[in-house]
Amino acid sequence: MRYAFLCYDNETVVGAWTKEQDAAVMEKHFATQRPLEADGRLKASLRLMPTTAATTVRPGEESLVVDGPFAETKEQLLGFWLADCETYDDALEFARKLANVKSHGAIEIRPVHYEHEIGQTG
Amino acid sequence: MTTTTLDWIDKALSGARPQAMAALLRYFRDLDTAEEAFQEACLRAIKAWPDKGPPRDPVAWLIFVGRNFGVDQIRKTARQTELPDDDRISDLDDVETPMAERLDDQHYRDDVLRLLFICCHPDLPSTQQIALALRIVSGLTVKEIARAFLVSEAAMEQRITRAKRKVGAGSVEFGAPDAVERLARLRTVSAMIYLVFNEGYSASGGEAHIRASLCEEAIRLARLLLRLFPAEPEVMGLNALMFFQHSRRRARLDADGQIVLLDDQDRTLWDRELIAEGFALLDKAFRHRRAGSYQIQAAIAGEHARAKTPEDTDWSTIDGLYAVLEQVQPSPVVSLNRAVAISKLRGPEEALAYVEPLADKLSGYFHFYGVRGGLLKQLGRVEEAREAFDRAIALASTPAEAAHIRMELDRLDADGSAGKDARSAAVG
Repeated sequence: MRYAFLCYDNETVVGAWTKEQDAAVMEKHFATQRPLEADGRLKASLRLMPTTAATTVRPGEESLVVDGPFAETKEQLLGFWLADCETYDDALEFARKLANVKSHGAIEIRPVHYEHEIGQTG
Repeated sequence: MTTTTLDWIDKALSGARPQAMAALLRYFRDLDTAEEAFQEACLRAIKAWPDKGPPRDPVAWLIFVGRNFGVDQIRKTARQTELPDDDRISDLDDVETPMAERLDDQHYRDDVLRLLFICCHPDLPSTQQIALALRIVSGLTVKEIARAFLVSEAAMEQRITRAKRKVGAGSVEFGAPDAVERLARLRTVSAMIYLVFNEGYSASGGEAHIRASLCEEAIRLARLLLRLFPAEPEVMGLNALMFFQHSRRRARLDADGQIVLLDDQDRTLWDRELIAEGFALLDKAFRHRRAGSYQIQAAIAGEHARAKTPEDTDWSTIDGLYAVLEQVQPSPVVSLNRAVAISKLRGPEEALAYVEPLADKLSGYFHFYGVRGGLLKQLGRVEEAREAFDRAIALASTPAEAAHIRMELDRLDADGSAGKDARSAAVG
């Protein structure tokens, strides 16, 4: 099964980290994902810019464009991984390792329902 | 308790400080009471958080605990002295409202703006505004601020105390500002944040890391402001401008702390992530079609950031942007900067003609003589160039600035004996 691992945290707290602290957290994340990467099961790993760089577009006659994230939340989506896991337990294990890099925030596991294979249509 | 635990608590506390202090100031309407309440809340956080785990919203937790402590203190003193003064404890009637609902960003934003605005008291010289903001809003210690300003701790302590007294005596409106007043406050506060950044950016020397932390603090405050006012194009511009400038921090000074000119910087040292975020914010800002000086300055800095090599720099676009900036924010300094673009586009002669009329207004400005000297040097007017560089050295405010001009003078001497050298020496 393919899973998305969504990383949520309070971006005010994360933003207060020093460069060194930030780099240390990133290094731990890289170390955690390395085994999955080595056997080709890691499909994506990315970090998003802060929500201040976000724009939200809603439908409408003239679609409504709003600065900022779609909702104000205590924790924000900061990035995500996409990886293939043999079992649900494997996914839980990976998420646990990712979560334990810090003592706050959360990792949400979302099984992937459908993934369009780029280049297969059109 | 591990050091990592303490470390993240420390970060959470400093991250929460501006918002928590701002809300506490609204409750108590007194800086000292608010600070005391915040300190107490921090002490309790350090005790409670390691065992119970971190609260999901550290800011709300700190405000709640700090406010309860502050109210208790006021009640105690009131019992000893006089009847409780309801005016000193505002908003007590909404204690029952769920905390999370009251404390979303919309509620914080006017509080944080007010806290920053108080530091911008018009009677305070800008250095005191900066010092006060760093102490009250950012929570830097007096010692750290003193080192950043290269003054003694006692002198800084005195400066901050005096500033606080002045601010306390002034009357600041505690009601919610209307849209016009809000925009005016945003402008004032943005300017102060940019001053903090420049205080860190313009100087260098032994305390370089302290200076860099001022830049980072300014960026942190600007990010906070943008989170609270997500649709203000000038706040986006301010952020982008500082991102572009700060992206060059690793390339701006060499190993000896000497200034490295833009043309000579190792561009692989520039922080590409910060540059990308700057462009993302500029894209968003321009959608609003409300040009302002921070957006234009950011666009200029962005043109430099975009260029892979100095030769790739789009001087024509930069010149055009300076022309717009001269309209939006007329200033001899802006025109001086434009002269550098003009020299690149149309040669030193035209640039010098553009610079000369600024002499009266910029007679005390280091960069004026640096730019003028560079242009004269390119034109082979060695003696006049030497005069200009001598004036620049006399006006230099940091050793690095002076050293840089001295290097120009040395080159001038070398060139003087070896013939003319058309090498560009504009200070950019």
